[in-house]
Amino acid sequence: MPNEEPLLKVRGLTRIFGSGCSKCTICTGPMAGTNICSQCRSIVACADVSFDLYAGEILGVVGESGSGKSTLVQCLYFDIPATAGEACFKPYKDGKVNMLACSAQEKRYIRHHLMGMVYQNPHLGLKLDFTAGGNIAEKLLTAGIYHVGQIRRRAAELLLRTEVPLERMDHLPRFFSGGMQQRVQIAKALANNPPLVFLDEVTTGLDVSVQARVLDLIKKLQRELGLTMIVISHDLGVIRLLTNRTLVMKTGRVVETGLTDQILEDPQHPYTQLLVSSML
Amino acid sequence: MREKKVQSGYNFAFLDEQSKKEIRRRMLKAVAIPGYQVPFASRELPIARGWGTGGLQLTMSLIGPEDILKVIDQGSDDVVNAVNIRKLLVLTTGVRTTEDTREATLIQTRHRIPEEPLEDWQILVFQVPYPEPLRRVEPSEVKTREMHAEADYSRLWVYLYEDIVRWGEITIGAQYPVMVNGRYVMDPSPIPRWDVPRLNMAETLYLFGAGREKRIYAVPPHTRVEPLQFTDYPFRVEDFRCKQCALCGSVDTYLDEIIDDTTGARRYICSDTAYCAKRRRLKEEAGENA
Repeated sequence: MPNEEPLLKVRGLTRIFGSGCSKCTICTGPMAGTNICSQCRSIVACADVSFDLYAGEILGVVGESGSGKSTLVQCLYFDIPATAGEACFKPYKDGKVNMLACSAQEKRYIRHHLMGMVYQNPHLGLKLDFTAGGNIAEKLLTAGIYHVGQIRRRAAELLLRTEVPLERMDHLPRFFSGGMQQRVQIAKALANNPPLVFLDEVTTGLDVSVQARVLDLIKKLQRELGLTMIVISHDLGVIRLLTNRTLVMKTGRVVETGLTDQILEDPQHPYTQLLVSSML
Repeated sequence: MREKKVQSGYNFAFLDEQSKKEIRRRMLKAVAIPGYQVPFASRELPIARGWGTGGLQLTMSLIGPEDILKVIDQGSDDVVNAVNIRKLLVLTTGVRTTEDTREATLIQTRHRIPEEPLEDWQILVFQVPYPEPLRRVEPSEVKTREMHAEADYSRLWVYLYEDIVRWGEITIGAQYPVMVNGRYVMDPSPIPRWDVPRLNMAETLYLFGAGREKRIYAVPPHTRVEPLQFTDYPFRVEDFRCKQCALCGSVDTYLDEIIDDTTGARRYICSDTAYCAKRRRLKEEAGENA
């Protein structure tokens, strides 16, 4: 890709739960087979994660439970602070600053204006006591749109796109089905046309037919809006369907990266081979 | 009155000088950061917390022997809360009191701003039951303080949005949230909407004290105070069109609705009783002169 700068550049991202010591990164990882440091018992959730993400691309992150894939995204979305590392985000100050070291206000700005997040559990991404429209309004109000008519038009447009019946706009998501809650969450994440959207295990916990519809929806939105996304899943089927490129994580480290097709057809790392061979 | 003060056996204005100094220092901070809630060590008083002790402590810390004091409760000088606070202050300071807004140097109020315009030599002290405007959307104090620090008011905005969706307009009557100086959202205490525009770019210093919640905040003179509103649903005050005060005939004041228990008849009278009485007096005098 000539003279193209990455949308998101992540270098050496590390998150350690616990006191941490100088040996933490040596004592953990795929070679050690654990992410608990034998010296200080800290948990190295993810360490030294580096990657580039280009505009319009969908990056998959795959790995077993506890491999650090959610931690990675939570650090990038500022849900939890990173212990070390850098992340430069093109839409924010032209990618010249490390956004992980920004002040709380700047992080809030990036999070609300430039990013969208869809959590596995809709309870995390939605306020269940606000209406579906209110949840979308929250994002728009944070961005400074104080016009009820405009907010409602935009909310209706998004709900239409995500196939939520409009008559449910003023109902509480508490009483929605899981699949519909997830679609409202997607609508909310897209409210401000963010340059980057995170999808954390969006289809886990939904039944297969609903899964298929949500995946279809994401693919459709990606095609129509040209979204850039990071998709986290332990399900290689989801990864194959949605992503162009994939990171494979194990015990907090990236063990293999490459084009999704390549990884699925010709896995190099023993862990990836295991993953692919255990696919249903 | 002066002798009574000596007899009371209390320090001037009840509180000890160190406490007053500390509260004045907190007030200076509040004035320096308009709309920001400054925590303070709320003192024990001979009045129960929640009965105007916040405003009372501000008044006690500010009052001097030369001050002329007015105390009102919901616009009235003669309601039990106002009477007792006034009695305590007179007993411990011996200052002169008045019902005339234009004469008072220091006014302590509960839930109203007097009708007559206030000037730069006057101070208005509000009694505040709930200082936190975000409490209706967030129960945790730790979180609301964080929200203020980051100017994160989106949840309050969503509350207002949903109010409009559900009822066609914002249903908050008293205690309407306002944005102070473009930075902090503030609870103006339960004053009616009618009084909210008078906080904006005022001549007078407005001080707010919450004794139970231990917070002081302020709107200094000439400060922008804007009610939270949507572009297509602008803020409006109470509608008293076609209504007038049954006593003084006023059509431009905030009116209380009075329902007669026996006949069920409704009538309206001025909430600011001192102003109503003044108007009637002036009218009578004009009538006599004619």
